[in-house]
Amino acid sequence: MKRFLLIMIVTLAVLFVSSPVYSADAVKIGMVTTLSTKAGYLGEDIRDGFKLAINQSSGKLGGVSVELLVDDDTRKPGKGKQIADRFIKRDGVKIMTGIVFSNVAMAVVPKVVRDGVIYVSPNAGPSALAGKQCHKNYFNTAWQNDNLHEATGSYVNEAGYENVYILAPNYPAGKDALAGFKRFYKGNIAGEVYTKLGQSDYAAELAALRAAKPDAVFFFLPGGMGINFIKQYAQAGLNKSIPLTGPAFSFDERLLGAVGEAAVGVINGSQWSADLDNPANKQFVAAFRKAYGRTPTLYASQGYDTALAIGAALKAVNGDISDMDAFRSALKKAEFASVRGNFKFGSNQHPVQDIYVRKVVKGADGKYTNVIHKKAFTNHVDAYASQCKY
Amino acid sequence: MRFIKNRRTLITGASFLFFLLLPLIASALGDAYLVTLFTRILIYALAAVSLDLILGYGGMNSLGHTAFFGTGAYVVGILAFHIQEETLFLSWPIELSGSSNAILVWLLAVLFSAFMSGLIGALSLRTTGIQFIMITLAFAQMLYYLFVSLEAYGGDDGISLWARNKLPIFDTADDTSFYYLCLGFLVIFVFLSYRLVHSHFGRVIRGAKQNLQRMQSLGFPIYRYQLVCFIIAGAGAGLAGALMANQSEFVSPGLLHWTHSGEMMIMVLLGGMGTLIGPILGATALLLLEEFLSVYTEHWMAFLGPFLIIVVLFAKRGLYGLLTGKEVNDE
Amino acid sequence: MLLFIEQLFNGLQLGVMLFLMSAGLTLVFGIMRVINLAHGSLYMMGAYIAATVVQHSGSFILALLTALAATALLGMLIEVIVLRRLYKRDHLDQVLATFGLILFFNELTRIVWGRQPLFMDVPGWLSETIEIIPGAPYPSYRLAIISVGILAAVFLYLMFTRTRLGMKIRAGAANREMVAALGVNITLLNTLIFGLGALLAALAGAMAGPILAVESGMGESILILTFVVIVIGGIGSIRGAFIGAILVGIVETLGKFALPLLLRLMLPPASADGTGASLASMSVYILMAAVLIWRPRGLFPAHD
Repeated sequence: MKRFLLIMIVTLAVLFVSSPVYSADAVKIGMVTTLSTKAGYLGEDIRDGFKLAINQSSGKLGGVSVELLVDDDTRKPGKGKQIADRFIKRDGVKIMTGIVFSNVAMAVVPKVVRDGVIYVSPNAGPSALAGKQCHKNYFNTAWQNDNLHEATGSYVNEAGYENVYILAPNYPAGKDALAGFKRFYKGNIAGEVYTKLGQSDYAAELAALRAAKPDAVFFFLPGGMGINFIKQYAQAGLNKSIPLTGPAFSFDERLLGAVGEAAVGVINGSQWSADLDNPANKQFVAAFRKAYGRTPTLYASQGYDTALAIGAALKAVNGDISDMDAFRSALKKAEFASVRGNFKFGSNQHPVQDIYVRKVVKGADGKYTNVIHKKAFTNHVDAYASQCKY
Repeated sequence: MRFIKNRRTLITGASFLFFLLLPLIASALGDAYLVTLFTRILIYALAAVSLDLILGYGGMNSLGHTAFFGTGAYVVGILAFHIQEETLFLSWPIELSGSSNAILVWLLAVLFSAFMSGLIGALSLRTTGIQFIMITLAFAQMLYYLFVSLEAYGGDDGISLWARNKLPIFDTADDTSFYYLCLGFLVIFVFLSYRLVHSHFGRVIRGAKQNLQRMQSLGFPIYRYQLVCFIIAGAGAGLAGALMANQSEFVSPGLLHWTHSGEMMIMVLLGGMGTLIGPILGATALLLLEEFLSVYTEHWMAFLGPFLIIVVLFAKRGLYGLLTGKEVNDE
Repeated sequence: MLLFIEQLFNGLQLGVMLFLMSAGLTLVFGIMRVINLAHGSLYMMGAYIAATVVQHSGSFILALLTALAATALLGMLIEVIVLRRLYKRDHLDQVLATFGLILFFNELTRIVWGRQPLFMDVPGWLSETIEIIPGAPYPSYRLAIISVGILAAVFLYLMFTRTRLGMKIRAGAANREMVAALGVNITLLNTLIFGLGALLAALAGAMAGPILAVESGMGESILILTFVVIVIGGIGSIRGAFIGAILVGIVETLGKFALPLLLRLMLPPASADGTGASLASMSVYILMAAVLIWRPRGLFPAHD
């Protein structure tokens, strides 16, 4: 008993004196991301992509020493907010990044940018932050949430499908996904279904889907939900008769490993693909494979680009971030070689970029991956940019 | 006996003094984050004390306590939402707008949580034992899915508040002021609970935990006593929820997830069940442990799990019991 | 109508899965009076072990058998190390200690197998669809699950009514002191029952592997439904577990399908779908609350 008590007290005491010591001159970058839970691999890829950029120039970004602080938000908005609080109040962080999920971003970002911190989003792009609630300190290097759905919608429309069944979880990002798809798809909707968030068995929905006899299906089910859906879709024999489409979130390279053969041939919208033909990307894919022994996902590419964007701005101001206005304008110029080719920030500081549709194939090494199928948009601007007034 | 009593007073006094001085310690260390962290600890301590009223004193093993915590938080969130959106909360039969007046909003949060706990308690208390654990869990899950489906209020994404509720004179936006506000509420709630458990009412409730049938045959309307206890605990959790919504300036259905109830139970157990200071120590220990372990390993849950089992098996009396050397439930 | 029958099958399939989970758990509840939140972790471990063996050997049957054996052993190990010490404790301690087990096993799978979900495919000989009802092809793998579940139910029924071991277990569920007085080794019996429960959970988990994502935390969603089943069916009753499981499976599946359609009669489609979906996600909990208010001990309580 005594010993137990002692351990507890020592634990608490250690905590108080354990504020980690960092080198004084390095610029601190706070990364709040999702590392645990079943969605943890998304944050892991963003972090690894970001770290790759730092390691490639031996601890520096844009020639300036940086210190990357990473913490896990466990996919909980409240926890994310807590970590952001700690980064700002304890570590004096001025630049933040990393959040994977829109709900975490919506809880964390508005507050930190109001407090004068520059936030560069490597993934989440909720519509509010692109439109009405946009902020001069908020940048997004990935996409606005609707973009990849829009690209898929545009492709489905052009490919001549006329009766599409659409499906997403019953939560705001799910509604946005279907709205984004419908913005560019003009045909008939055979059925519009919202499933329970975190649902694992889709037998009931698949039966209804079969009965509706659509000529294509669009679905947005991120993470484990998507794996379940695609597997069950193939088991029900539907993949032979009705083509499946969706955004890239259900078809990243790590997830494809869990889906296997069932996903082959699926069309999905993405701003990046491992086979994109430009020197920056070739170098990135090779370096990532060498460093981590796996093919990078789009999340990794976004983490890498975010690091490069911050690096370019740090270079422009010589690592001096005391003048935030100068750093912000430097960041806005986006003078870096993006792995997705053309990249610039639009008026709301979201990407103006090309978006593709990819096709899932079995690679020569027996692993499943994506190849570019077609370009859906050139220099695409998101739908909310006009609502953004600084 | 005297020795034990002295130790108890000492620990209560020392913890109070520590909480009172914490903002000074934080500014001496130059670490403003400590105040934020300990504000969360105070709020969870309040929730844990309220849970202990039904767990430790009443013997009602509820696995749905977070339902009331979440309800309180959502009252704050929804009323703030209508201020932010400049819409009416109710247009019929009377026109009601949102509010950011702390006194009004927090009072509503407490009342509404009490109402919900009355409703859920009245139905759940018809069962006992495992069934009671399960039905409270089921009601909490029902509310969880209800809030997930409230699209107008952000659904699963929740509501981000633009500012804290406002009080006259007192600046709630200032972290240190808010900290002392939470400390004040905790002290008041602990004091009221102390009076409660040592009253006639408290003796009946504790008697029912020891031996339900005996108390019933003595002619006490136990169901009503338990229900009132359940409602008081629900109101306390509602207040904690309202404070939490203000502290983090954010509410989401995640607050109502069943694992959150589990965490509150852990706090009570860790600190010492059936005591009023124990849950405060438990909340402090668990949240500090979480802060501490998550800095050193991403897999901190792998340590917390076995640690929890060891506490249950071998250190049942919790931190408070260890510190005072006192048996639980003999206050 | 065709769709309705197909949905009934889906409900039945979920029902037998829930039965496999709840049969073991209800016995543990009924006989040892232990509330075991970690039952979902056994389901998850079953799925992980099966997926791993399939990846290395390619044989589904071998994977199933390995998962059953390994998880049953794991279950007995947990009983001996942790659960056994909780029999005399109150339910609260049991909830907390087994909650600790959940945290541990979830994190363990992340450490051992990594963060991304594991892949497991249906065996080739079950990958086709069958038209049981003309015009509605149904996955043969799901039919296989239904059959296995019903076989397991029959097996349990025979075991409890025709074998000595089964009778001891039933007697234990009704009156454990009496059985102990009759000289039955209760300690050993408890461990065996726990192993049996783990085995059934692993069977459910391993069979779910090809349908669902094999991932950390997969046990929790089915665990909560399992509790609902047990409480509805009555604690300690295998018959109650079976009827409760089928009831919950069908309510859950048909709710998702029928509620939005019903609401469309009254509301515009968009809000009908939204409200229907949320009502459907609450439906089993409403069912459970209703049953408990009507019969606080469940439909078929094993003892009183």
